[in-house]
Amino acid sequence: MNPLRNPGRSGLGSLALIAAVLGGGAAAFAYTTGWLSPQRLTPDKMVEALTPPGGVPPGHRKNHAKGICFTGVFEANGNGATLSRAKVFEPGRHSALGRFNLGTPNPDAADATVRVRGMGLLIAAADGQEWRMAMISPPVFPASTPQAFHSLLLATASKDPGAMKAFASANPEFAAFADWAKTAPWTGSYAEEPYNSLNSFIFTDGTGVEHAVRWSLVPAAQPVPVSQADLEKRGADFLEQEIRERVRTAGPQRWTMVVTVADPGDPTADPSKIWPQGRRTVSVGTLVVQRIEPERDGPCRDINFDPTVLPPGISVSDDPFPAARSSVYRKSYDLRTAEAKDYPRTEAAKP
Amino acid sequence: MTSVPHRFTLLQRLLHWLMAACIVAMLFIGAGMVSTVAPKYLPLVSLHKTLGVILLGLVVIRLALRLYYPAPPLPADLPWPMKLAAKLSHQALYGLMIVMPLLGVSMLWAADYPVVLYGGVQIPALLPQSDRLHTLLWNAHFYLAFAFFALVLLHLAAALFHALIRRDGVFETISPLPLRDEAAAAE
Repeated sequence: MNPLRNPGRSGLGSLALIAAVLGGGAAAFAYTTGWLSPQRLTPDKMVEALTPPGGVPPGHRKNHAKGICFTGVFEANGNGATLSRAKVFEPGRHSALGRFNLGTPNPDAADATVRVRGMGLLIAAADGQEWRMAMISPPVFPASTPQAFHSLLLATASKDPGAMKAFASANPEFAAFADWAKTAPWTGSYAEEPYNSLNSFIFTDGTGVEHAVRWSLVPAAQPVPVSQADLEKRGADFLEQEIRERVRTAGPQRWTMVVTVADPGDPTADPSKIWPQGRRTVSVGTLVVQRIEPERDGPCRDINFDPTVLPPGISVSDDPFPAARSSVYRKSYDLRTAEAKDYPRTEAAKP
Repeated sequence: MTSVPHRFTLLQRLLHWLMAACIVAMLFIGAGMVSTVAPKYLPLVSLHKTLGVILLGLVVIRLALRLYYPAPPLPADLPWPMKLAAKLSHQALYGLMIVMPLLGVSMLWAADYPVVLYGGVQIPALLPQSDRLHTLLWNAHFYLAFAFFALVLLHLAAALFHALIRRDGVFETISPLPLRDEAAAAE
């Protein structure tokens, strides 16, 4: 007996059933979109927290907004093949495209006012496999989780003078970053900075064995400490001028990519925790920066350095940040491409 | 075999219900993934892309079957506005089934993202990066998803209306189960 043909069901009951199915479906969809969950940390909320109270000029990345493009090559020495089967580790030269940048949502920030410097990098193997990454100069991340990072952004923007103190006491892992920010020497060049993945990833070698790793780009240029006060005298864009001039006069700039392999039990899920000394390191190749180009109309402008764009042989670990960064970077990309008419595209457009 | 069928073929009915489940899943995965920064974001995106490409393949087969086999006619006593609504809503559903995966993959190309499916399958880019195109495609994919969900709900309401209130045999044309008289005849 087909219950749908049961003539005993009343029309009113059927209408109520239809209404319940539709209402339930719509409510489930609304829940999934997050409309019913104001507590959920969404990419929109993260972007909102990144935006300073006065707003920022539209059309730029929502963080690390100020930067300059470079192109060059990644010279793999072959040692990386013991850790990962990714083609970018096969000995040889792979094309590299990147962006030196400052950790600020303000594209007009004066260079000497921004503590964190960064590098977005895309290494492409000959077959088109891409490895994108976004690294920063501090040796530790200021927060353990994306939620804590969101709280940090809110505390930083807060008018309440006790907000940062409250954040630091609720998130003691912040101390290591704060200590670096206070004591590490400043330098006068993007070329003298190390750039660290901080996040942990999984390298899978040719036999299928997985290695939890972090990596750093260690500069060949000797860092020369300069006080922040002296840097402030060098003009708002001294970093961009310096790197352009340095590559023009001194030639290509180099960084060694050093991969650090975790021991079992190392905190792979928390980029605010440095791994203990003595971990195995493998130098896998050299990044050679050959040419500097302004961001406007430069080759890095339209690239989202999403750290989850990974070739076979590299994958995410239990570190929650790459997923969060991917989600937020995409939001930033969607927003800035929608605002593209406001981006100063040509030199002529700059006032 | 009569020339006017009283139901869709078994293959069409199976495809309908398989795709229905996948499309509802796609709409929920899409809505969920763009509203989270949690680690599940990455597997959701991977699943969304993979399922989207599979659905594009399935809708091509489905459309070919739909054009090859005549559809069972609607009941003669169905009022003409309802017949028109049925026709238009089905055309819109087919249109969205075709357009949504194309918009999805195109908007990734226009953002210069490599399109990598589950298992590492990479689809080469057929469009160059373009801010304007990306925004257009992204907006279309995003807003049409809500229209698609609304249409799915409307379609479900109409199906239940036919099955429970009119009891006119329309639901049975697509029902995955054998009909009562067919089951009886088979015994």
